[in-house]
Amino acid sequence: MSINEERGQNDLTEHSHNHSHEHGEMSELSDTELRVRSLETVLAEKGYVDSAALDAIVEAYETRIGPQNGQRVIARAWVDLDFRSKLLEDASTAVNTMGNVSPVGSHLIAVENTPKRHNMVVCTLCSCYPWEVLGLPPTWYKSAPYRSRAVLEPRAVLAEFGVTLPDQTEVRVWDSTAETRYIVLPMRPAGTEGWSEEQLAALVTRNSMIGTGLAQRPDEKTEGS
Amino acid sequence: MKHYEIGRGMSAEDAATEALDTIPEIPQDNDGPVFREPWEAQAFAMTLRLYQQGLFTWPEWAEVLAAEIKRAQEDGDPDIGDTYYHHWLNALESLVNEKGVADTETLDRYQTAWRHAAERTPHGAPIELENRDFSD
Repeated sequence: MSINEERGQNDLTEHSHNHSHEHGEMSELSDTELRVRSLETVLAEKGYVDSAALDAIVEAYETRIGPQNGQRVIARAWVDLDFRSKLLEDASTAVNTMGNVSPVGSHLIAVENTPKRHNMVVCTLCSCYPWEVLGLPPTWYKSAPYRSRAVLEPRAVLAEFGVTLPDQTEVRVWDSTAETRYIVLPMRPAGTEGWSEEQLAALVTRNSMIGTGLAQRPDEKTEGS
Repeated sequence: MKHYEIGRGMSAEDAATEALDTIPEIPQDNDGPVFREPWEAQAFAMTLRLYQQGLFTWPEWAEVLAAEIKRAQEDGDPDIGDTYYHHWLNALESLVNEKGVADTETLDRYQTAWRHAAERTPHGAPIELENRDFSD
């Protein structure tokens, strides 16, 4: 294991320590979630819905909850330096000023990829995820192997996602909690000078905002579409 | 003109297609409805199931939903799309109340119980409703 990875792990340890109490806290449901759950329970008890049937419908559509909001945020940060610094300073507030994306809860933190540092996000204990900006988490994000291996061997995990970083790039892993969630600000791909926010947003993949991928290059985009 | 019948026995996919046909404001792209939060998909799925059970027709649903949206707009909701499923949830509560399936008082009681359930469940563990959550 390289020094860089060890440093990444230390960051994680330190971070987990700072925030571990949050994982020990009790759950909280928003008023909206309470209303939805109550409806479901009452309807189920009266035999109108059953959870298996509901799950089947939700499952069919859950991939439809996409990372569109996050894509817009990243594209804005690429073209607007003022927004970029606000995003890195206080991501929740910055995102909430955008207007065309849904409001995010507090404690969203944006971590910036640079040639020197690559950031990767995990939730080691469960599956905390900034779904307001990234949609629903992919299955692998919730899987035990990713949750444990992202910390122990981030470079090996990245390689499996097809990402190979230069040796001099440090890999830093961030552990999410219900209250502290991360979005990675990937590096803007070369060859996109003068592109509009909308064009740029199409290059921002979900994985690039989790840190298990990079933003697409313009030539990849052409191949892909 | 297409005639809509009560969706009893219809597949979820067909029911969803009919819903999209009848209620064009549902946020969607070429592949179907899009949701921004998990609960939105849950609310959509419940509505679909109630429709499949024959509780209402889509035009009837559209009418209740339109009334909710109109009311919210009159109350100053800018209605730029981000509150759509809040209106949807209001409509769903109002319709199940109207149909005598679940009245407001019952739903309130369950909300309090679910809140209790959340408060005693450590973060990360599934929140499950138990009898004791109703008695606090």
